[in-house]
Amino acid sequence: MELGDIIIKFILVVIIFAISLVVAMYSTYAERKIAAFFQDRIGPNRAGPWGLLQPLCDGAKMFLKEEIIPTNASAFLFIAGPSLAILTACLGSAVIPWGQNIQIGSRVVELQVADINVGVLYIFGVVSLGVYGVMIGGWASNNKYSLLGAIRAASQNISYEISMGLSIIALLMLTGTLSLRELAAQQHDWHWNVLRQPLGFLLFIVCAFAETNRTPFDLPECETELVGGYHTEYSSMKLGFYLFAEYINMFISSAVMATLYWGGYNYPGMDWVLVHTGPTIGPLIGVIVLFAKIFLFIFFFMWVRWTIPRFRYDQLMDLGWKVLIPLAIANIVLTGLISNYL
Amino acid sequence: MGIRYFVNINMNTFYFIAFLSIFFSILVITAKNPVHSILYLVLTFFTFTVHYILLNAQFLAVVNFIVYMGAILVLFLYTLMLINLNKDSEPVKSNMVKIAAVLGGGCLLVVLVGCLKQVGVADPVLLKDPGLGLVQNLGKVLFNEFLLPFEISSLLLLSAMVGAVLLATKDPKPKSV
Amino acid sequence: MESLSNKRKLIESKPLNFWERAYLPAIISGLSITMKHFFRKPVTISYPEEKREFSENFRGMHSLKRDENGKERCTACGLCALSCPAEAITMTAAERQKGEEHLYREEKYAAVYEINMLRCIFCGLCEEACPKEAIYLDGDIVPADYLRKDFIYGKDKLVEAPLNQ
Repeated sequence: MELGDIIIKFILVVIIFAISLVVAMYSTYAERKIAAFFQDRIGPNRAGPWGLLQPLCDGAKMFLKEEIIPTNASAFLFIAGPSLAILTACLGSAVIPWGQNIQIGSRVVELQVADINVGVLYIFGVVSLGVYGVMIGGWASNNKYSLLGAIRAASQNISYEISMGLSIIALLMLTGTLSLRELAAQQHDWHWNVLRQPLGFLLFIVCAFAETNRTPFDLPECETELVGGYHTEYSSMKLGFYLFAEYINMFISSAVMATLYWGGYNYPGMDWVLVHTGPTIGPLIGVIVLFAKIFLFIFFFMWVRWTIPRFRYDQLMDLGWKVLIPLAIANIVLTGLISNYL
Repeated sequence: MGIRYFVNINMNTFYFIAFLSIFFSILVITAKNPVHSILYLVLTFFTFTVHYILLNAQFLAVVNFIVYMGAILVLFLYTLMLINLNKDSEPVKSNMVKIAAVLGGGCLLVVLVGCLKQVGVADPVLLKDPGLGLVQNLGKVLFNEFLLPFEISSLLLLSAMVGAVLLATKDPKPKSV
Repeated sequence: MESLSNKRKLIESKPLNFWERAYLPAIISGLSITMKHFFRKPVTISYPEEKREFSENFRGMHSLKRDENGKERCTACGLCALSCPAEAITMTAAERQKGEEHLYREEKYAAVYEINMLRCIFCGLCEEACPKEAIYLDGDIVPADYLRKDFIYGKDKLVEAPLNQ
């Protein structure tokens, strides 16, 4: 790798990191605004025009709040928890292909940080690590509510990881590759995987809700039962990290869903557009399309949050083990039969 | 692209990672708090993942990452969190147990010393086929040459699962005759 | 046992059919309901800028009235303070001096007239008790403040603005 490539990769990493943070920041604003619209309200509108500066004010508030570490908490792990949560949340964005190769001057730039040939599994691994942040934080708080939240998070994530993996396997049987770049390239134009794997997508999105701890699967932070769940004892920016990690997770899982099932940066008629706009602008339009899809998914996450009530714990486990896993296995068998005999 | 570049990085990386794995595994057994020792175990497994990547076995690396770090150790942590870690609830160990532990440890030491006497410096491992660890090749090998052992091991796992379910379910009440 | 009223209802819980058990139709109908609300006009009234219309018999902040010549009507008789169930009103009476005829209607007037807005319950009894039609609760909502002492409203805040100004 020559120096120029390394510099370009570095810039790409910084841009992606910045975008994830900004998207996460404005997701908090969007969440409040969208929640308000769903409830016939207005939502935050005092800080800046339409309340657009609200996330900045919230961030400033988070920084200025008092740092509290409980006396009986183990201090190192107490700080390690939120740090791990946000680290694992950010890691996922490394393998997502944000667009086709783009030409800047005479140089062709890949819009992907690393094209690992086991990219799907990498995402999966990072997602499975995400629970450590919650578990460590919950345990280190030395508080029974936090511990209960952490335990719920662990059992929930492990249960839903299985059906998530099984739902991806059906997809991989059709595509025959684990590289996200190839997966995206295969869905050229309108050959989106969701058309071939509707059930698989449904399973995947349900599991994505569970893995990101969003309503209706937000039992780890269920405030009616557990005060604040795993972040009961947290305050200041450490709490901010947990909340931020949730929104970054949401962003990344939306990007993964868009890439795996909804064609990534592909859109119908993209060849025509690419020819007419040239190799610099054309791929950029693809990036914009991908982001449009991501924002639609984020909106869907919020839409569901303000519609569906939380599961009871036994319902959650029943759904994961008795419904989703059998369905996912049936989906695999069906996919195998159809792709072999039709 | 990507990970394959790391293979060419010199041996120093290997030695560094190997040192880290040994260091963390020693911490696993010396840590007083079981939860801390599990977390060191997580780090140890992470260094193993890096080892796999250095050997260009990407699939194994990621599977190690997902299965061991992401699932099994989470379950370990899960059960450990439920244990009461207070000092006074620690069971008192009898002298018999201590003597047995000393004997067992002594046997292990003898075996280790015996092994170390036999050790010589091996030739550096050369990968004949650099693509050996990639998913495609691994899959082909597993489902052609080693199909039977692969399927038998899956049966083994299935039986273990059935056994676990059997153990976990309550005994049905004895039917009144 | 016979029920006392006919209001008792027997609720049957039938086993769910396949579509009900799949939950998806229910989820979709729920999502469509929330989506309808998404495009509905918000009901919020953003208070300091917009104000909801008061009803005709709304009782807000008190005002001490003037007569048609701009003289203060209040004669400091004390009936309002007497009628006040919350004991929010206090006043000090004074005699009108020569040359003040254009300020006060009668020869006795309230030199100090204070209402403690933290005590006032806006019942309107002072309004009813007043024989001179001098006090009315026709003002706005009493605004919030930081200090208790700022809620004791004197004549500067209560008396109506002079006519020709």
